[in-house]
Amino acid sequence: MSTCNTTSPLVASAELPKSADGDPIFAEPWQAAAFAMTVRLHEQGVFSWTEWAEALSTELHKPGRKPDGSDYYDCWVAALSQLVAKLSITSGPELEALVRSWQRAAEATPHGKRIVLENDPLRRG
Amino acid sequence: MSDHHHGHGDDHGHHHYDNHFTDMEARVKALEMVLTEKGLIDPAAIDAIVETYETKVGPRNGARVVAKAWSDAEFADWLRRDATAAIASLGFTGRQGEHMRAVFNTPDTHNLIVCTLCSCYPWAVLGLPPVWYKAPPYRSRAVIDPRGVLAEFGLELPVEKKIRVWDSTAELRYLVVPERPEGTEGFTEQGLADLVSRDSMIGTGLALSPEAVR
Repeated sequence: MSTCNTTSPLVASAELPKSADGDPIFAEPWQAAAFAMTVRLHEQGVFSWTEWAEALSTELHKPGRKPDGSDYYDCWVAALSQLVAKLSITSGPELEALVRSWQRAAEATPHGKRIVLENDPLRRG
Repeated sequence: MSDHHHGHGDDHGHHHYDNHFTDMEARVKALEMVLTEKGLIDPAAIDAIVETYETKVGPRNGARVVAKAWSDAEFADWLRRDATAAIASLGFTGRQGEHMRAVFNTPDTHNLIVCTLCSCYPWAVLGLPPVWYKAPPYRSRAVIDPRGVLAEFGLELPVEKKIRVWDSTAELRYLVVPERPEGTEGFTEQGLADLVSRDSMIGTGLALSPEAVR
């Protein structure tokens, strides 16, 4: 398994929540996944540090942020979604449709089974 | 000897709608899927990165629950009777308001919980599960041969020790309360909490000895 130490420059992202020893910390598992995806895309040169920093900054400075900063990773995911659309990897509406599909799939998945997209009732048939 | 328990309401015939993705969870899944399909990320590589942060996710407040149970007999008793309320009394509530049950290790019995593959794992209490824990082989083998699985994790239990395997249901998730290590008399709750590893609350490990964290 590849080991990935916290060497990604993304650790220097503005306002990133960190522990006392400087590692990113996450309130929920999806936040770690979002962080990991961004690290990987940046490593592969899908976007530059500047592109990322600008996208994130735009989201962080939108009005209506929560005063306690608990929506930090919401902004992170919004920034990533914006970049992905801007780079024509997927379109905004396409992504939104997939988000709803995953939600329907989760609701339709019985307890104890892995949640897979095929469980979305609107995808079947 | 091993028992396999199902909690109440294990009703596989109906949809419980207990699986739910928040907008953010669904969004991250959608992004992951798009990026994987385009060959830009590999889910295994993402898992590997997340694994390096597995101890950095969630409030991981189960250790404090265990430490309090070790130092406060009344709380331990409450935790045994009504874990949901006892845990909530510390200000920790599950995101989905999940019902918790605490199972206590004793000199005679070791408890092991197995993960279901949906979204019901109580990560807020236990911390993020290790990647292997979510793998289907672990789940099925833990039920059939818990002693063998534990031995693979370096936990050799005496043959006379009974192993109970708990499988979470839609309504009930488990927390193992490991045995308090020797040589911890006079420890503060914080000092005790440092000995409570995630693995000890899943049952794939024991609480650390004071020497191990010194």
